[in-house]
Amino acid sequence: MRVLLVDDERELVSTMAERLSFRGIDAEWACTCDDALKRVESTIFDLAVLDVKMPKMSGLELKRKLQAKCPGMKFIFMTGHGSKDDFEAGSAETGSEYYLVKPIRIEALIDKIKDACTK
Amino acid sequence: MSRKFDRAGEAGLQFYGKMTASMSHELKNVLAIIKENAGLLNDFTCMAEEGGMPVDLEKVKRVTEKIAKQTRRADGIVTRLNRFGHSIDESSKSVDLWDLLEFVVALSGRFASMRGVTLERKPPASRVTVTTVPFFLENLVWLCLDFAMGVAGTGKTVGLIVEETKNGARIKFTHLEDLAKVPPDTFPAQRAKVLLGALNSELAVDVEAQEIVLTLPESIGG
Repeated sequence: MRVLLVDDERELVSTMAERLSFRGIDAEWACTCDDALKRVESTIFDLAVLDVKMPKMSGLELKRKLQAKCPGMKFIFMTGHGSKDDFEAGSAETGSEYYLVKPIRIEALIDKIKDACTK
Repeated sequence: MSRKFDRAGEAGLQFYGKMTASMSHELKNVLAIIKENAGLLNDFTCMAEEGGMPVDLEKVKRVTEKIAKQTRRADGIVTRLNRFGHSIDESSKSVDLWDLLEFVVALSGRFASMRGVTLERKPPASRVTVTTVPFFLENLVWLCLDFAMGVAGTGKTVGLIVEETKNGARIKFTHLEDLAKVPPDTFPAQRAKVLLGALNSELAVDVEAQEIVLTLPESIGG
């Protein structure tokens, strides 16, 4: 299973990738949407974990672009907006049941990754 | 004056909400990084205890430095939040205009980053002060900055200049190359107009010079 983590917080995604790799998940990371779009040209990823709000391009826009390049790719969104209303609005907006609020428990992320990849 | 202040206060609530939401979002990111790095340290410990893998001290050092760095970042955000909260304390006060501008720029950092806009500041040759309502002025500077960043667009720079004038001071928002493309009367909008009135200040949109200029009196009462 290969996962691409995308968030403009470099120290977050790099650490998450390291922790996922300890748990048997092959994870790479990108800090910009442009970098993420380049990565998928040379590597096949099963799933991408996207921050909702990123500079220049939102996670939703990035999802659409990634989907066009990689039709089978699954998605999980993460956000720093933590209220219940934010969560519900974000879930509706992303149209995704895979929506996590930061700080994220690594085990919860792994559960979502496995769940998404087996559907 | 009181009614004018009430209306400016209503505009201020929106500003207050926007800024505190932004700072809390930034804090969430910092906490997430601290949590992941603490988790990584725990992973090292578990791998040593359960898998017999020796702890790499260089890696531990690197992770603890990251946690310390993010703690300093969080402290900076909370300090800004505290100062922002206290900016409501005094209805009228002598303020260092450059210091206030720097503060609003710090508050706006995440918004600038999201838009891909660089904020370039040029400090005044000497200290420039005005007696004003700090919170209203922060709000008005933010509205100008928000407009300027929107005009500049992604990948561009907005210049910020503080200057002393004969009767007070001014802040220039420069490098707005696309100002001519903005329909007239777009800015200042109602909220900015209310604040301009409350602060006895003026705003000029100079399409030719590609800048907007906020002119402030030496004293709000003057």
